[in-house]
Amino acid sequence: MDAQRVRELEKKAHELRVTGLKMVRCARSGHIGGAFSLSEIMAVLYFEKMNIRPEEPKWEDRDRFVLSKGHATVALYPTLALRGFFPVEDLKTFRRIDSYLSGHAEMTQVPGVDMSTGSLGQGLSAAVGMATAAKQLGKSYYTYAVIGDGELEEGQIWEACMYAGANKLDNLIVIVDSNKVQLDGTVEEVLDTGDLEAKFRSFGFNVFSINGHDVKQISDAIDEAKAAKGRPTAIIANTVKGKGVSFMENTCKWHGKTPCDEEFVLAFDELEKISKELEG
Amino acid sequence: MAEKIATRHAYGEALTEAGSDPRIVALDADVSTCTMSCMFGEKYPERFYNVGIAESNMVGIAAGMAATGLIPFVHSFAMFTAGRAYDQIRNSVAYPGLNVKVVGTHAGLTVGEDGATHQCLEDIGLMRVIPGMVVICPCDGNETREAVRAIAKYEGPCYLRLGRLAVESVTDRPGYRFEIGKAVTLKEGSDATVIATGLMVQVALKAAEELEKENINVRVLDMHTIKPLDREAVLKAARETGAIVTAEEHNVLCGLGSAVCEAITEEYPVPVLKVGTMDTFGKSGNPLALMEKYGLTKENIIEKVKKGIALKND
Repeated sequence: MDAQRVRELEKKAHELRVTGLKMVRCARSGHIGGAFSLSEIMAVLYFEKMNIRPEEPKWEDRDRFVLSKGHATVALYPTLALRGFFPVEDLKTFRRIDSYLSGHAEMTQVPGVDMSTGSLGQGLSAAVGMATAAKQLGKSYYTYAVIGDGELEEGQIWEACMYAGANKLDNLIVIVDSNKVQLDGTVEEVLDTGDLEAKFRSFGFNVFSINGHDVKQISDAIDEAKAAKGRPTAIIANTVKGKGVSFMENTCKWHGKTPCDEEFVLAFDELEKISKELEG
Repeated sequence: MAEKIATRHAYGEALTEAGSDPRIVALDADVSTCTMSCMFGEKYPERFYNVGIAESNMVGIAAGMAATGLIPFVHSFAMFTAGRAYDQIRNSVAYPGLNVKVVGTHAGLTVGEDGATHQCLEDIGLMRVIPGMVVICPCDGNETREAVRAIAKYEGPCYLRLGRLAVESVTDRPGYRFEIGKAVTLKEGSDATVIATGLMVQVALKAAEELEKENINVRVLDMHTIKPLDREAVLKAARETGAIVTAEEHNVLCGLGSAVCEAITEEYPVPVLKVGTMDTFGKSGNPLALMEKYGLTKENIIEKVKKGIALKND
């Protein structure tokens, strides 16, 4: 990936944050922290790696994406809108009673969403089902699942990992958004999940640990995952919860809280500065 | 002698037959020789997935497969599909309306000696409160085969409740027709109606036979589909016979009896008396002895029918 493409994807990730924050301002509701940790990952997946057709969201040979941490719609919906699955304008209706853009990811209403999620721990199993179905049907698509590091506390995640490893699902790429913070505190404080690399490796995964805000590292890890046969891959993306807005970074305070008017102004100011840096 | 076969055995045959549709896949959580999904596995090993003892993951995998166009049937004991994987069935299957068939075998008291941890008496309730879920509990082998054919064709989530015990065939007869959501009238009558599901259908027929000797003429409805409930048949029974007794191998709370009450109280209230387990856990024991102990008997149905008739004549 050349420097120009890297810069384009960085700008896209930044645009996802700005768009997401506007969406939360309209809704006066939404999860910012765990969406902003995902921006670069979503930009690389949807604007570089995934084989998809926004004009044909149910195209049967498309790559699949499951947002197992289904509350991160503030990252997912802007991504889908900017990629052309539905009008960006519609993001203004997020979480409203008459809108199709529900609080958590919803597959029957939102074009481009491949699985309804929200109850933590369940999405990875569905992704395993999609990857298994690809092998059953002789299809060559990849299935990507994004899971939270707090979500790893759910036992079902490890049931799914055990199955994926034992069945050598090399068409499954799991990305752990390791932002180190969950709702009540840091992951270390709430329930220390320990050595993630060792855990995934022992379940039969290829494991890559990367900086989850470095688009080139994300892209390279996905390429390596695709090249490695006979095993599923877990990419442990080390990220910052609330990335891009200083007072939202690395704190559980902004897991699901809505900023007040002043905080919105401060947050947009900070994002504006980043915009200028990226343009410059 | 009528054919005596456990509904789960008839199920294994029917699922294998349904397997001629290549979209059908079967998943089991290490109990395939009990649920009889192993029969499908023998014929179609490439479409059979033993996921290990991990029911929550099994239901989630099925959801992902259904989202890709396959038709997964997932299997374990009722306690571990409807019970353990309730959240997964609700959120990953039913909420997105995915075409997954959830099968719960060994339902109710008649698991027998394994005892209370395995005797699911709450699954009808758990499954029928989920919006859009179809809930079916066939009474014999023939009805099970028909139910499998019907749900394989039906687009959407279904729960199929099956039993461990061999039961007498009562539906294999001329004129019988299975349709999801349509009760089967197994006996006409005008003094009261017994609405039964699962193996209580056979018990209800025996009770009706005894009552006939006392000139009490009871209608017997085989309510194989608890959801969507055949409101028309229930209301017709209320209007024409004036008293209803429900019979199910399930807690009287939230099961068939409750569903019948919900239907008639809004339109044509008549006495409804429920035969089922009385908000209690089961225990280890011989299956038939357990049915006796917990009142799942023809004597209890007879008593309730007489009480219902007395109430309507009050």
